[in-house]
Amino acid sequence: MADILIHCALIILMPPLLLGVINRTKATCAGRTGAPLLQPYYDLFRLLRKGSVFSRTTTWVFRAGPIVTLAATLAAALLIPLGNHLPPLSFNGDMILFVYLLALGRFFTATAALDTGSSFEGMGAAREVTFSCLAEPVICIALLVLSRLSGSLSLSGILTHSSTTLWLNSGAALILLVAGLFFVLLSENCRIPFDDPNTHLELTMIHEVMVLDHSGPAFGMIMYGAALKLFILGALFLHVLLPLRVASPLLDWMIFFTSILLLAVVIGVVESVMARYRLTRVPQMLLAACVLSAFAMMLVMR
Amino acid sequence: MNSELLLKTFRNGDSIAVQDVPEVALEEFLQAIVELTGLGWRVVSYFGVPDRDGIGLWCILAGSNQRLGAFRARVEGSLPSITDVCPEVHLFEREIAEQCGVPLDGHPWFKPVRYQHSLRPGHDAWGRDGNRAILPCVGDFYRVEGTEIHEVAVGPVHAGIIEPGHFRFQCHGETVYHLEIALGYQHRGLERVLAGGPHAATMAQMETVAGDTTIGHSIAYAMIREGFAAVEAPPRAHSLQAVALELERLANHCGDLGALAGDVGYLPTMSFCGRIRGDFLNTSATLCGSRFGRGLVRPGGVYFDCPPEQATGLIRRLEVIQRDYRGAVELLWNSPSVMARFEKTGRVSLDDARDLGLVGPAARACGVARDVRRDYPFGFYRNVAPALSVETEGDVLARAMLRWKESQASLEFIADRLNSLPEGDVLLPCGNMRQERMTVAMVEGWRGEICHVAITDATGRFLRYKVKDPSFHNWNGLALSLRNQQISDFPLCNKSFNLSYCGFDL
Repeated sequence: MADILIHCALIILMPPLLLGVINRTKATCAGRTGAPLLQPYYDLFRLLRKGSVFSRTTTWVFRAGPIVTLAATLAAALLIPLGNHLPPLSFNGDMILFVYLLALGRFFTATAALDTGSSFEGMGAAREVTFSCLAEPVICIALLVLSRLSGSLSLSGILTHSSTTLWLNSGAALILLVAGLFFVLLSENCRIPFDDPNTHLELTMIHEVMVLDHSGPAFGMIMYGAALKLFILGALFLHVLLPLRVASPLLDWMIFFTSILLLAVVIGVVESVMARYRLTRVPQMLLAACVLSAFAMMLVMR
Repeated sequence: MNSELLLKTFRNGDSIAVQDVPEVALEEFLQAIVELTGLGWRVVSYFGVPDRDGIGLWCILAGSNQRLGAFRARVEGSLPSITDVCPEVHLFEREIAEQCGVPLDGHPWFKPVRYQHSLRPGHDAWGRDGNRAILPCVGDFYRVEGTEIHEVAVGPVHAGIIEPGHFRFQCHGETVYHLEIALGYQHRGLERVLAGGPHAATMAQMETVAGDTTIGHSIAYAMIREGFAAVEAPPRAHSLQAVALELERLANHCGDLGALAGDVGYLPTMSFCGRIRGDFLNTSATLCGSRFGRGLVRPGGVYFDCPPEQATGLIRRLEVIQRDYRGAVELLWNSPSVMARFEKTGRVSLDDARDLGLVGPAARACGVARDVRRDYPFGFYRNVAPALSVETEGDVLARAMLRWKESQASLEFIADRLNSLPEGDVLLPCGNMRQERMTVAMVEGWRGEICHVAITDATGRFLRYKVKDPSFHNWNGLALSLRNQQISDFPLCNKSFNLSYCGFDL
């Protein structure tokens, strides 16, 4: 029970902190002081207090977009184990639901973008959908590989199965998975080198351009949803990369907490030392991620 | 060579009597422009002067051996266009049509330039009502037809902190087939208020033609006034003007390199260069109290002297800045991910650059060795000019690399000037302007060739003052650089040109 409460508290409270850590890391690398660590929380509260503006050309789809996306992401967050702890919801085959919930969120974000009729948002939706065609298989294949290794069909089963022994037995496959998943972690969360979350240049954006017309609380939901997605995929990634487990629940929570913050620092460092890919290179890199996870699949199938 | 004989030739900054400028028949005039541009001359200014009887057309060309040439003609009714055979005049012709209200015959893209009323009340090339405000950029745009073509309109309101301009892209998927740029939102009627001047506000107006080119435009204005008054600024003033001009170049080149890094999401160089640009601006502030160099250049010299201890202080400071600047920029060249974005993006060919008459770094990045400081020297540059850098690729990388090379040359040049400042006054009184003369002043600003042409009337006031910012030539270079490029690379290409909206809109 306590674990479920902590799980819910973490998915509600922690995601914006990751953004704060990433931004702070980027600022430090660039020799700046940077915004306060809690700035994303302030931004969220600011947005929630604001009014919204809705274009007359939009329909209910535009208003539903942020809500459905956030709801889908929250539901997905209930399925994913954090550290060594079981999630509130878990059943056989929930990994399929997990993938589909993320896809549902994306579908509504893209549809809401198309609903505005703006040429920018149309371009953004086209880009997002094109690239996710290549990013989704990576997650699916990764889950299949882990499912094969663990013999389980539920997220909690396959993710908590990975351990140091597993790394010793099928390290090659896991290394390939880690590489593939890291690409997807960056691209799905619109981080550099795939997308630039801080740019103001509409023509170069992928994810950000789809939400240009949202304002106020709706935009706050989008921001929070994006942070939550980073949190979920980060947790998924950490299960594969760092399967550190001790028996003590408190210590396990500490390990999870520290490792996901460290992941945010790593993302911040990657963003600081790299420029963005040219847009035509993004599908190539994602395809490479697909190939990596496919190889991992082959290694565990033999 | 016959056409060259038609011209009255002179040097940059010279003042010549209006009656010495040959007036030829319109047909001969246009024929000569076509021939001269074929012989290697370049149109640096081409404008109309409306008067009681009609319109006088003035054309200033720049040739080899530091020669400038001028001649004129009169036009009544409509002006035959020569854009088809001499593309570099295409925008000049549209400007003449708009400012003088004279229709063009056979211009391939006959549209207003700045959406302003003509200087001749009652005449408008498009028959627009003279009493009603003209809305900028309202009208037809070039369209590519087809079911898979989509149009993207950007601006005039942008997400960035930049000036307003409107960009129409014709795209096929992510590929841009054509970009049309429409400006005019910043039109302030500068040339209109300059007529009848100089007024008390004229110097301040010249400093704000383009806020980031304050020194460039104010040197050009000072040269115009000195030419008319037959005054030569003292050598010490010339040295200080050159120092200020190069500092302006450094601040902007440094800021641009940082902004280019920012556009590809490369944060370290963006942050460092942003700060270093501030250091350069503060150096300008040490000279005159204004970070943008306002109040420094005055007709007859400079308003602020630079005492020896200040000069040595500046040299020491610039050495520190140079070290930081080098470190920040080398990060850029050493990042493969940045180079992958810069290389082969936004390419302009050498032929296109020549045809369009590009100027400044945009031209030099395409392999066109063109620099007013070397070709038509003015002020201190008559003694020595900084080393000329040329790149050949014409892409974003070439424009970025060129900025770095020019920065290095400028830093060296500034140190030399501050080390050897001539003795003497810095400001001479600049008396009344001589009547019925024409003066041409060309300055290599950081964006390229600035050209001011002024004509005085019988009372010694400005009859016509024509300002040309380098952006006037280069906006079309940006449009061409986007052909067959990814639309997502537009911000990067745009930044690599970094053109002025208000300098164009005047």
